[in-house]
Amino acid sequence: MLSGKHLKLLTDPINKNNPITVQVLGICSALAVTVKLEPAVVMSLSVIFVMSMSNVVISLLRNTIPKRIRIIVQLVVVAALVIIVDQFLKAYVFDVSKQLSVFVGLIITNCIIMGRLEAFALANSPGKSFLDGVGNGAGYGAILIIVAFFRELFGSGTIWNIQVIPQSFYDIGYANNGLMILPPMALVVVGIIIWVQRARNRELIEE
Amino acid sequence: MKFLRKRIDKIKPHFEEGGRFYFLHSVFDGFETFLYVPDHVTKKGAHIRDAIDMKRTMIIVVAALAPAILFGIYNTGLQHFIATGQEQDFWPMIVYGLMKVIPLIAVSYIVGLGIEFAFAQIRKHEINEGFLVSGMLIPLIVPADTPLWMLALATAFAVIIGKEVFGGTGMNILNPALTARAFLFFAYPSWMSGDKVWVSGMMNGEGIIDGYSGATLLAQSAAGAGEFVNGLGEKIGHMEMFIGTIPGSVGETSVLAILIGAIILLVSGIGSWRIMLSTLVGGVLMGLLLNAFAVNPAMEVPWFEHLMIGGFAFGLVFMATDPVTAAQTNRGKYIYGFLIGFLAILIRVLNPAYPEGMMLAILLMNVFAPLIDHMVVQQNIKKRLKRSVSSVKS
Repeated sequence: MLSGKHLKLLTDPINKNNPITVQVLGICSALAVTVKLEPAVVMSLSVIFVMSMSNVVISLLRNTIPKRIRIIVQLVVVAALVIIVDQFLKAYVFDVSKQLSVFVGLIITNCIIMGRLEAFALANSPGKSFLDGVGNGAGYGAILIIVAFFRELFGSGTIWNIQVIPQSFYDIGYANNGLMILPPMALVVVGIIIWVQRARNRELIEE
Repeated sequence: MKFLRKRIDKIKPHFEEGGRFYFLHSVFDGFETFLYVPDHVTKKGAHIRDAIDMKRTMIIVVAALAPAILFGIYNTGLQHFIATGQEQDFWPMIVYGLMKVIPLIAVSYIVGLGIEFAFAQIRKHEINEGFLVSGMLIPLIVPADTPLWMLALATAFAVIIGKEVFGGTGMNILNPALTARAFLFFAYPSWMSGDKVWVSGMMNGEGIIDGYSGATLLAQSAAGAGEFVNGLGEKIGHMEMFIGTIPGSVGETSVLAILIGAIILLVSGIGSWRIMLSTLVGGVLMGLLLNAFAVNPAMEVPWFEHLMIGGFAFGLVFMATDPVTAAQTNRGKYIYGFLIGFLAILIRVLNPAYPEGMMLAILLMNVFAPLIDHMVVQQNIKKRLKRSVSSVKS
């Protein structure tokens, strides 16, 4: 269905050109919403939606936007999409929406989205831009979910709010790691992911 | 001794290139140089020969820690028996203390050295000596009842994230021992702070007498107590603070034992007197300043008591002077030390959430040390440029 070149648009950002671990963009929200798995997944889906849709819209408009006001046009499009997502979350998953609070709104300022609009959507067809948006959103989401998985497992002993570390562990002296819940640990976990990724994929190592 | 040398020489070929155990050569090298002065010579470039190498440096620091370790063992037993209301002689206290402290030291060394050895093998480095000191410092700055698995985890975190990711010994930004303590402090606060953790046996309540309180002096000061009392409610004198028969982390309570260590470090020239002096001055100055504007009991704690309670003395002698993470320039050392002392007392008194500011102050200044050095060097360059320009003009 997809040709090799198109497939690459989708899969490259997940590993070789990951927006978080390789381009080191969008770190702020990765720290903020990864305490638990559920908000991280919702956040990832929201970003995938906003990124792919805004990529398509900007790509369609790319020949009509005057160069000097393109950032404002991009912001208007992204903001409109973010408000749609925000209203949708408030209507259907109110609890998660409360947990994500301001960070849904802050998707507007997510560097990855602006970066992809500038670097890709302005120069490519809508179809390709859509794939690029989904790919980058998925690359962002993958890291978010990995980080949130470890932070929730070791910080709260749960996964998706279900207790997975049995009570017998706590009885013999195990304790949840409070540092995992604090934002600095998200940075350390992202750092470890970067370390593992570059150890496996040597061409990513900068000189 | 000759016998040992012969044995080593006999098995040495197996570990050299082409030998059976070549993959373990850095382990062998580590042990050989631990026992004997190595026969390696620098091959090129100018170099200064010094009688002291890194292993001797590290061993002297461990020797300087010995009084604090021994006193810590005694004090662990002493505090336990006071809390349980038992009259005991000297030796049972030592035995109890040994049973608590030896496992801590063993776990810290096994985990830390294990990781160091593994990294040296993977990266094909020589094994570095840095952990000899860190491994001894970590057990001394935690409560005696710290669960061993937590200590192991913290040690692993400190060695991997605090040190190895930056390139190993000599490259780290943060002091590894304090990184381990900070990890424990933030990850498991209920084992690292509060009134119950400082006296061995209180966490699981084995036979503690009624009404006994294990609050440290710092906790009492933060809570706004007028004068310091021990667990039974009796007043604590300055002599007890100085000798160190008060609740606290294993090795940090005795100013006397730490002073002996400080003298060893200063006489051998391994600890920087500049850092020690300026940290002391910073602490005293902040203490005086807070005394002068005191509005609550915590601020009224006399400045000289601040030097004797909590981890101030221990941090000043053994942590702030870490040659890797401290400032390197002489003027930088004064600034670095002064700010440590200043901030430690500031955090301690004005932020009740963190009764002990020494750890946070040193870690913070570790981060700033390169900046301080940069500033000092740039200033010097500017000064000399100015001088040369003005001499050209005239």
